[in-house]
Amino acid sequence: MRLEILNHGYRPGTKLLFAIIKLVTRQPVPDAARLVFYRPDFYGARAKEFTHEAMRGPSAWSVADRELMAAYVSAVNENAFCVGAHTATASQAYQDAPKVAAVLADLETAPVEEPLRATLRMLGTLTAEGSVSAADMRAVLAAGTSPQQVGDALAVCAAFDTTNRLADAFGFEVLSPEGFEAGAKYLLNRGYR
Amino acid sequence: MPEDDKKRAAHRALVDRILNGAGQATAGQRARAFGNDGLAPPLDVLIGKVATSPAQLTEADFAAARAAGCTEDQLFELVVCAAVGRSSRLYEAGLAALAEATGGA
Repeated sequence: MRLEILNHGYRPGTKLLFAIIKLVTRQPVPDAARLVFYRPDFYGARAKEFTHEAMRGPSAWSVADRELMAAYVSAVNENAFCVGAHTATASQAYQDAPKVAAVLADLETAPVEEPLRATLRMLGTLTAEGSVSAADMRAVLAAGTSPQQVGDALAVCAAFDTTNRLADAFGFEVLSPEGFEAGAKYLLNRGYR
Repeated sequence: MPEDDKKRAAHRALVDRILNGAGQATAGQRARAFGNDGLAPPLDVLIGKVATSPAQLTEADFAAARAAGCTEDQLFELVVCAAVGRSSRLYEAGLAALAEATGGA
Protein backbone atom coordinates (compact mmCIF):
# COMPACT_ATOMS: atom_id res chain seq x y z
CA MET A 1 0.00 0.00 0.00
CA ARG A 2 1.11 3.58 -0.53
CA LEU A 3 1.77 4.32 3.15
CA GLU A 4 4.65 2.34 4.62
CA ILE A 5 2.86 2.18 7.98
CA LEU A 6 0.08 0.19 6.28
CA ASN A 7 2.62 -2.32 5.00
CA HIS A 8 4.84 -2.71 8.03
CA GLY A 9 3.47 -0.65 10.92
CA TYR A 10 1.51 -3.36 12.74
CA ARG A 11 1.99 -4.60 16.29
CA PRO A 12 3.70 -8.00 16.77
CA GLY A 13 0.40 -9.69 17.71
CA THR A 14 -1.25 -8.37 14.55
CA LYS A 15 1.68 -9.51 12.40
CA LEU A 16 1.35 -12.98 13.93
CA LEU A 17 -2.38 -12.99 13.18
CA PHE A 18 -1.69 -12.04 9.54
CA ALA A 19 0.81 -14.92 9.30
CA ILE A 20 -1.73 -17.39 10.71
CA ILE A 21 -4.46 -16.18 8.31
CA LYS A 22 -2.08 -16.58 5.40
CA LEU A 23 -1.13 -20.07 6.54
CA VAL A 24 -4.72 -21.22 7.02
CA THR A 25 -6.28 -19.62 3.93
CA ARG A 26 -3.20 -20.01 1.69
CA GLN A 27 -4.00 -16.48 0.48
CA PRO A 28 -2.44 -13.13 1.39
CA VAL A 29 -4.44 -11.06 3.91
CA PRO A 30 -6.46 -8.64 1.75
CA ASP A 31 -5.46 -5.00 2.08
CA ALA A 32 -9.04 -4.13 3.13
CA ALA A 33 -8.56 -6.39 6.15
CA ARG A 34 -5.06 -5.08 6.87
CA LEU A 35 -6.27 -1.48 6.85
CA VAL A 36 -8.76 -1.99 9.68
CA PHE A 37 -6.01 -3.50 11.84
CA TYR A 38 -3.88 -0.36 11.62
CA ARG A 39 -4.50 1.83 14.69
CA PRO A 40 -7.98 0.30 15.04
CA ASP A 41 -8.93 2.79 17.70
CA PHE A 42 -8.77 5.58 15.09
CA TYR A 43 -10.69 4.01 12.21
CA GLY A 44 -10.89 0.22 12.03
CA ALA A 45 -12.93 -0.64 15.13
CA ARG A 46 -15.79 1.74 14.39
CA ALA A 47 -15.60 1.25 10.63
CA LYS A 48 -16.00 -2.51 11.12
CA GLU A 49 -18.92 -1.97 13.47
CA PHE A 50 -20.71 0.33 11.01
CA THR A 51 -20.02 -1.90 8.02
CA HIS A 52 -21.14 -5.00 9.88
CA GLU A 53 -24.35 -3.30 10.97
CA ALA A 54 -25.04 -2.14 7.40
CA MET A 55 -24.21 -5.51 5.80
CA ARG A 56 -25.29 -8.04 8.42
CA GLY A 57 -27.54 -6.14 10.84
CA PRO A 58 -31.34 -6.51 10.77
CA SER A 59 -32.80 -5.52 7.39
CA ALA A 60 -35.56 -6.53 5.00
CA TRP A 61 -32.78 -6.81 2.38
CA SER A 62 -31.02 -10.17 2.26
CA VAL A 63 -27.27 -10.42 2.81
CA ALA A 64 -26.97 -11.24 -0.90
CA ASP A 65 -28.90 -8.10 -1.88
CA ARG A 66 -26.66 -5.94 0.29
CA GLU A 67 -23.49 -7.53 -1.09
CA LEU A 68 -24.84 -6.80 -4.57
CA MET A 69 -25.39 -3.16 -3.56
CA ALA A 70 -21.77 -3.04 -2.35
CA ALA A 71 -20.57 -4.44 -5.69
CA TYR A 72 -22.78 -2.02 -7.61
CA VAL A 73 -21.64 1.11 -5.73
CA SER A 74 -18.04 -0.06 -6.18
CA ALA A 75 -18.63 -0.50 -9.93
CA VAL A 76 -20.00 3.04 -10.20
CA ASN A 77 -16.87 4.22 -8.39
CA GLU A 78 -14.79 2.02 -10.72
CA ASN A 79 -12.94 0.43 -7.82
CA ALA A 80 -11.52 -2.89 -8.99
CA PHE A 81 -10.67 -4.27 -5.54
CA CYS A 82 -14.16 -3.79 -4.10
CA VAL A 83 -15.92 -4.87 -7.31
CA GLY A 84 -13.92 -8.10 -7.21
CA ALA A 85 -14.51 -8.69 -3.50
CA HIS A 86 -18.24 -8.02 -3.48
CA THR A 87 -19.01 -9.60 -6.84
CA ALA A 88 -17.53 -12.78 -5.39
CA THR A 89 -19.42 -12.38 -2.10
CA ALA A 90 -22.78 -11.56 -3.74
CA SER A 91 -22.33 -14.45 -6.19
CA GLN A 92 -21.70 -16.91 -3.36
CA ALA A 93 -24.56 -15.49 -1.27
CA TYR A 94 -27.10 -15.78 -4.10
CA GLN A 95 -25.43 -18.94 -5.43
CA ASP A 96 -26.03 -17.22 -8.75
CA ALA A 97 -22.98 -15.59 -10.33
CA PRO A 98 -24.74 -14.89 -13.67
CA LYS A 99 -27.35 -12.76 -11.87
CA VAL A 100 -24.66 -10.60 -10.27
CA ALA A 101 -22.78 -10.29 -13.56
CA ALA A 102 -26.00 -9.28 -15.32
CA VAL A 103 -26.68 -6.48 -12.82
CA LEU A 104 -23.16 -5.10 -13.21
CA ALA A 105 -23.35 -5.36 -17.01
CA ASP A 106 -26.81 -3.75 -17.44
CA LEU A 107 -29.02 -3.03 -14.46
CA GLU A 108 -32.07 -2.27 -16.62
CA THR A 109 -32.24 -5.72 -18.22
CA ALA A 110 -30.92 -7.80 -15.30
CA PRO A 111 -33.18 -10.47 -13.76
CA VAL A 112 -33.87 -8.78 -10.39
CA GLU A 113 -37.04 -7.68 -8.61
CA GLU A 114 -38.16 -4.11 -9.22
CA PRO A 115 -37.59 -2.80 -5.68
CA LEU A 116 -33.96 -3.90 -5.85
CA ARG A 117 -33.50 -2.56 -9.39
CA ALA A 118 -34.96 0.85 -8.42
CA THR A 119 -32.83 0.98 -5.28
CA LEU A 120 -29.62 0.16 -7.17
CA ARG A 121 -30.50 2.81 -9.76
CA MET A 122 -30.89 5.41 -7.01
CA LEU A 123 -27.61 4.35 -5.33
CA GLY A 124 -25.88 4.70 -8.69
CA THR A 125 -27.16 8.25 -9.12
CA LEU A 126 -26.21 9.20 -5.57
CA THR A 127 -22.72 7.71 -5.86
CA ALA A 128 -21.99 9.23 -9.26
CA GLU A 129 -23.52 12.65 -8.73
CA GLY A 130 -23.34 13.13 -4.97
CA SER A 131 -27.05 13.84 -4.67
CA VAL A 132 -30.50 12.44 -5.40
CA SER A 133 -33.83 14.23 -5.61
CA ALA A 134 -37.04 13.59 -3.73
CA ALA A 135 -38.48 12.53 -7.11
CA ASP A 136 -35.72 9.88 -7.40
CA MET A 137 -36.70 8.61 -3.95
CA ARG A 138 -40.41 8.61 -4.78
CA ALA A 139 -39.62 6.40 -7.78
CA VAL A 140 -37.83 3.91 -5.48
CA LEU A 141 -40.76 3.89 -3.05
CA ALA A 142 -43.26 3.52 -5.92
CA ALA A 143 -41.37 0.38 -7.02
CA GLY A 144 -42.32 -1.20 -3.71
CA THR A 145 -39.28 -0.44 -1.53
CA SER A 146 -40.08 0.56 2.05
CA PRO A 147 -38.57 3.75 3.54
CA GLN A 148 -36.65 1.56 6.00
CA GLN A 149 -35.17 -0.43 3.13
CA VAL A 150 -34.08 2.79 1.44
CA GLY A 151 -32.37 3.88 4.65
CA ASP A 152 -30.66 0.50 4.94
CA ALA A 153 -29.44 0.73 1.33
CA LEU A 154 -28.05 4.21 2.00
CA ALA A 155 -26.00 2.79 4.87
CA VAL A 156 -24.49 0.18 2.52
CA CYS A 157 -23.70 2.94 0.05
CA ALA A 158 -21.98 5.06 2.72
CA ALA A 159 -19.90 2.14 3.97
CA PHE A 160 -18.68 1.15 0.51
CA ASP A 161 -18.16 4.61 -0.88
CA THR A 162 -15.73 5.06 2.02
CA THR A 163 -13.94 1.77 1.36
CA ASN A 164 -13.77 2.46 -2.40
CA ARG A 165 -12.00 5.75 -1.75
CA LEU A 166 -9.58 4.25 0.75
CA ALA A 167 -8.82 1.39 -1.64
CA ASP A 168 -7.88 3.84 -4.39
CA ALA A 169 -6.06 6.24 -2.10
CA PHE A 170 -3.96 3.65 -0.30
CA GLY A 171 -3.56 1.44 -3.37
CA PHE A 172 -5.16 -1.87 -2.34
CA GLU A 173 -3.68 -4.75 -4.29
CA VAL A 174 -6.28 -6.54 -6.43
CA LEU A 175 -6.44 -10.22 -5.46
CA SER A 176 -6.50 -13.31 -7.65
CA PRO A 177 -9.94 -14.88 -8.29
CA GLU A 178 -9.03 -17.50 -5.66
CA GLY A 179 -8.17 -14.73 -3.21
CA PHE A 180 -11.52 -13.01 -3.75
CA GLU A 181 -13.38 -16.32 -3.39
CA ALA A 182 -11.59 -17.04 -0.09
CA GLY A 183 -12.40 -13.53 1.14
CA ALA A 184 -16.04 -13.93 0.14
CA LYS A 185 -16.32 -17.17 2.07
CA TYR A 186 -14.89 -15.45 5.14
CA LEU A 187 -17.27 -12.48 4.84
CA LEU A 188 -20.29 -14.78 4.56
CA ASN A 189 -19.20 -16.89 7.53
CA ARG A 190 -17.97 -14.15 9.82
CA GLY A 191 -19.22 -10.79 8.57
CA TYR A 192 -17.25 -7.60 8.94
CA ARG A 193 -16.49 -7.46 12.67
CA MET B 1 -37.82 5.11 9.39
CA PRO B 2 -36.73 5.18 13.03
CA GLU B 3 -34.82 8.37 13.76
CA ASP B 4 -32.16 6.57 15.67
CA ASP B 5 -31.54 3.27 13.94
CA LYS B 6 -28.38 1.34 14.80
CA LYS B 7 -26.82 1.85 11.38
CA ARG B 8 -26.96 5.61 11.71
CA ALA B 9 -25.74 5.44 15.31
CA ALA B 10 -22.72 3.31 14.26
CA HIS B 11 -21.96 5.78 11.48
CA ARG B 12 -22.17 8.73 13.85
CA ALA B 13 -19.78 6.97 16.26
CA LEU B 14 -17.22 6.58 13.45
CA VAL B 15 -17.51 10.22 12.40
CA ASP B 16 -17.31 11.44 15.98
CA ARG B 17 -14.15 9.38 16.66
CA ILE B 18 -12.17 10.48 13.64
CA LEU B 19 -13.07 14.15 14.05
CA ASN B 20 -13.12 14.60 17.81
CA GLY B 21 -10.97 11.83 19.29
CA ALA B 22 -7.20 11.86 19.76
CA GLY B 23 -5.13 12.06 16.61
CA GLN B 24 -1.76 13.05 15.25
CA ALA B 25 -3.24 15.53 12.79
CA THR B 26 -4.92 18.47 14.50
CA ALA B 27 -8.69 18.41 14.92
CA GLY B 28 -8.81 21.45 12.62
CA GLN B 29 -6.93 19.64 9.85
CA ARG B 30 -9.12 16.57 10.24
CA ALA B 31 -12.26 18.69 9.99
CA ARG B 32 -10.94 20.41 6.86
CA ALA B 33 -10.08 17.05 5.28
CA PHE B 34 -13.54 15.70 6.20
CA GLY B 35 -15.18 18.71 4.52
CA ASN B 36 -12.63 18.85 1.65
CA ASP B 37 -12.46 22.54 2.35
CA GLY B 38 -9.76 24.94 3.42
CA LEU B 39 -6.58 22.81 3.46
CA ALA B 40 -3.37 24.46 2.31
CA PRO B 41 -1.29 23.14 -0.63
CA PRO B 42 -0.17 20.46 -1.24
CA LEU B 43 -2.65 18.69 1.05
CA ASP B 44 -5.58 20.33 -0.72
CA VAL B 45 -4.72 18.39 -3.89
CA LEU B 46 -4.31 15.04 -2.15
CA ILE B 47 -7.48 15.38 -0.09
CA GLY B 48 -9.43 16.82 -3.01
CA LYS B 49 -8.62 13.72 -5.04
CA VAL B 50 -9.70 11.39 -2.21
CA ALA B 51 -13.04 13.18 -2.11
CA THR B 52 -13.68 13.56 -5.84
CA SER B 53 -11.43 11.36 -7.99
CA PRO B 54 -9.48 8.85 -5.89
CA ALA B 55 -8.38 6.76 -8.88
CA GLN B 56 -6.27 9.73 -9.99
CA LEU B 57 -4.18 9.77 -6.81
CA THR B 58 -0.50 9.09 -7.41
CA GLU B 59 2.63 8.46 -5.40
CA ALA B 60 3.60 12.04 -6.23
CA ASP B 61 0.59 13.39 -4.31
CA PHE B 62 1.75 11.53 -1.19
CA ALA B 63 5.38 12.51 -1.78
CA ALA B 64 4.43 16.19 -1.97
CA ALA B 65 2.52 15.94 1.31
CA ARG B 66 5.46 14.20 3.01
CA ALA B 67 7.85 16.84 1.67
CA ALA B 68 5.61 19.51 3.19
CA GLY B 69 6.16 17.90 6.62
CA CYS B 70 3.21 15.52 7.00
CA THR B 71 3.95 12.26 8.76
CA GLU B 72 2.55 8.95 7.52
CA ASP B 73 0.18 8.77 10.48
CA GLN B 74 -1.12 12.24 9.78
CA LEU B 75 -1.69 11.29 6.13
CA PHE B 76 -3.46 8.10 7.21
CA GLU B 77 -5.81 10.12 9.40
CA LEU B 78 -6.49 12.85 6.85
CA VAL B 79 -7.19 10.40 4.01
CA VAL B 80 -9.60 8.49 6.27
CA CYS B 81 -11.33 11.75 7.22
CA ALA B 82 -11.66 12.77 3.56
CA ALA B 83 -13.16 9.41 2.54
CA VAL B 84 -15.58 9.24 5.46
CA GLY B 85 -16.48 12.89 4.93
CA ARG B 86 -17.46 12.37 1.32
CA SER B 87 -19.52 9.27 2.03
CA SER B 88 -21.17 11.01 4.99
CA ARG B 89 -22.37 13.72 2.61
CA LEU B 90 -23.82 11.01 0.36
CA TYR B 91 -25.57 9.37 3.31
CA GLU B 92 -27.03 12.67 4.50
CA ALA B 93 -28.12 13.71 1.00
CA GLY B 94 -29.88 10.37 0.53
CA LEU B 95 -31.60 10.51 3.91
CA ALA B 96 -32.71 14.13 3.27
CA ALA B 97 -34.21 13.20 -0.11
CA LEU B 98 -35.95 10.22 1.52
CA ALA B 99 -37.37 12.45 4.27
CA GLU B 100 -38.63 14.89 1.65
CA ALA B 101 -40.19 12.08 -0.41
CA THR B 102 -42.00 10.64 2.60
CA GLY B 103 -43.17 14.04 3.83
CA GLY B 104 -40.86 13.98 6.82
CA ALA B 105 -38.90 17.09 5.86
